[in-house]
Amino acid sequence: MSERILVTDGLVIDPARRLEAVRDILIVGGKIKEVSAGLSRKKAVLGTTTIDAKGLWVVPGLVDAHVHLREPGREGDETIATGTMAAARGGITTVLAMANTDPVTDSPSQLAFLRAKAASDALVDVLFAAAVSVGQQGEKLTEFAKLRAAGAAALSDDGRPVMNAGLLRRALEYAKDMGLLIIDHCEDLTLSAGACMHDGSEALRKGLKGAPWAAETVQVARDIALCELTGARVHLAHLSAAASVAAVREAKKRGVPVTAEACPHHFALCDDMIPGYDGDWKMNPPLRRKSDREALLEGLADGTIDAISTDHAPHGCGPKSAGMDLAPFGVIGLETSFAVVLTELFHKKVLSRRQIVERMSTAPAALLGLKDRGTLAPGSRADLTLVDPGAVWTPQAPYLSSSRNTPFSGRRLKGRVVKTLFAGRVVHAL
Amino acid sequence: MTKKWGLKDLLGLERLSPAQIEATLDQAASFKKSAPKGLLAGRAVAFLFTEASTRTRSSFEMAAKRLGAEVLSFSAAGSSLAKGETLLDTMLNLQAVGVTHFVVRHERSGALEALAPAVKASVINAGDGWHEHPTQALLDLMTLRERWGSFKGRRLVILGDIRHSRVARSNLFALKKLGAKVTFCGPTALVPDAFKELGATVEHDLEKALKDADAVNVLRLQLERMEQGFVSSLSDYALAYQLTTERADLMKPEALILHPGPVNRGVEISSEAADGPRSLILDQVANGVFARMAVLALCDAGRTHV
Repeated sequence: MSERILVTDGLVIDPARRLEAVRDILIVGGKIKEVSAGLSRKKAVLGTTTIDAKGLWVVPGLVDAHVHLREPGREGDETIATGTMAAARGGITTVLAMANTDPVTDSPSQLAFLRAKAASDALVDVLFAAAVSVGQQGEKLTEFAKLRAAGAAALSDDGRPVMNAGLLRRALEYAKDMGLLIIDHCEDLTLSAGACMHDGSEALRKGLKGAPWAAETVQVARDIALCELTGARVHLAHLSAAASVAAVREAKKRGVPVTAEACPHHFALCDDMIPGYDGDWKMNPPLRRKSDREALLEGLADGTIDAISTDHAPHGCGPKSAGMDLAPFGVIGLETSFAVVLTELFHKKVLSRRQIVERMSTAPAALLGLKDRGTLAPGSRADLTLVDPGAVWTPQAPYLSSSRNTPFSGRRLKGRVVKTLFAGRVVHAL
Repeated sequence: MTKKWGLKDLLGLERLSPAQIEATLDQAASFKKSAPKGLLAGRAVAFLFTEASTRTRSSFEMAAKRLGAEVLSFSAAGSSLAKGETLLDTMLNLQAVGVTHFVVRHERSGALEALAPAVKASVINAGDGWHEHPTQALLDLMTLRERWGSFKGRRLVILGDIRHSRVARSNLFALKKLGAKVTFCGPTALVPDAFKELGATVEHDLEKALKDADAVNVLRLQLERMEQGFVSSLSDYALAYQLTTERADLMKPEALILHPGPVNRGVEISSEAADGPRSLILDQVANGVFARMAVLALCDAGRTHV
């Protein structure tokens, strides 16, 4: 196949090559062939499809290292098919699906099933994390060598923290031996038991049980120490607390191989914005104080936080309407993350264009060791996201995701994904 | 009276205006002087309680009967609720039968927020989780106002398990609106410092808290707080935080003692303090009926005049 696509006149932003200029991009056979100015006249031979990107940003397809696709086990809330449709709409061309499915993804046969399902159903690329411990029970390590051979892209017990420090130490050592990345959800369950929101004056006002910021930070500090002890890389999921950001910043200064991510809801919203007892505002870790939110913005700006991920966590309307205390944790985010980032980080001058693309594509691709994406360099897979940074819109259910649990419904956003190409194929067009 | 009120429901005091709270207290005081028989004739009040209660419930029943309303008793056990019907479905069915007022107690904070707008009848919060217990605070305020006239410049200490207390929250919200100062006192586990952000003064030293206060409202310490690790033992708690007559004397000479009941004598309060001359505990209970009559009547007017 040598289908030719020419994307013309877009503002091409490719941090990996320090490129930020109006360029044309020629795609041949699903790969990027050439990026330069004035290609349109020379290369628009018969049979070339032209996509006019004038006034738009053209960025490498976004990589989201933290999503929950609910398949198998809860296909009513999301599937690989619907989750990847949502991703495509949000400009995301690679997702890492977490292992807290039912059954838990902790064996080679599970991975084989999921990869086959993705090969037939997925609209964009789906990578799979396998569990660190059998059944995510935090007691016995899974078989890392077999999981690597079966195609695990990372290891994580996400959704459940690895509470046993001794087990995590062995996991980090072995993961390092196998060249696998461990992603840890930092939460000390003895500090967060029974909580449904941040432990602060808003929880006191509502009469609800809160989890203090320290529930996250004590585990962040522990993980940093184990990271330093073992020399293994550890990636910290969804940072929410100012003290966690400070701990990661300090560790990085010392050269500890720790990386971290933050989610749009945590840096766009805080606990005093939660309307009443609305379960669509409940996630884990919870929305915290304004000062935490500001610390996340600083961490994103100075590179302490490497990546932006969604922690896309679909849940049905029934459970989510049960109120703040009883609703399950989690919000969806694939369809709104880029728009929220543009609204909160670009238009409010927290990050530059280049930094945004770094945090949402280049860095997460590098974290997962993906060399053929996260950049628009010739030879890369032709994953492209075209965005209109000035388009104003308001997300509203229904979504392409099977679920609708997001606090961003009804909020005015500035910046919208106009077109998404995956391996040279248009998978979303507004 | 309806002009200042204008609400179908009473879910909490946080969102009421000072004028709405004053209107309720005025109405309660007026009912205490003379209650018009038959004001709520033809109305039906249903009780939906998912938690046990004797005094709140009997107080509401008496209030409804004094105003001439019919009373439908109902408890979660043995009802359709126990068979899996949702609370909203139960309410819609009872409304179809002719219920005009629901008095609801629920073990979950905020459980009434979604229910009230979904029914035409009035919904009155008789306590939701740790969130609010507006009629208890109204009767506390009514009792204090009878002695004080005004709340301006007064300082009230609320002592005990504030974290888990809907009474403390409703009192704080209302007292602040009426110009009083509120000090929350107890161990940090039960009185987190973040309460300061809601407008309370937080003091963990009981003697300091009581010095020159105008009144203290003592909360019941639930025995389960010991198992949950919030206090190490009841006797240890009592040593540091029990209201004794000696400690009560640190307040102003004419200062008052309240307790929403039921009292754990010898734990949060000594018998001498509970039964002494400062104590208004039984006045509170008596006033509870009038405060609840006021709320039933105002919500009724608020519903029918909308």
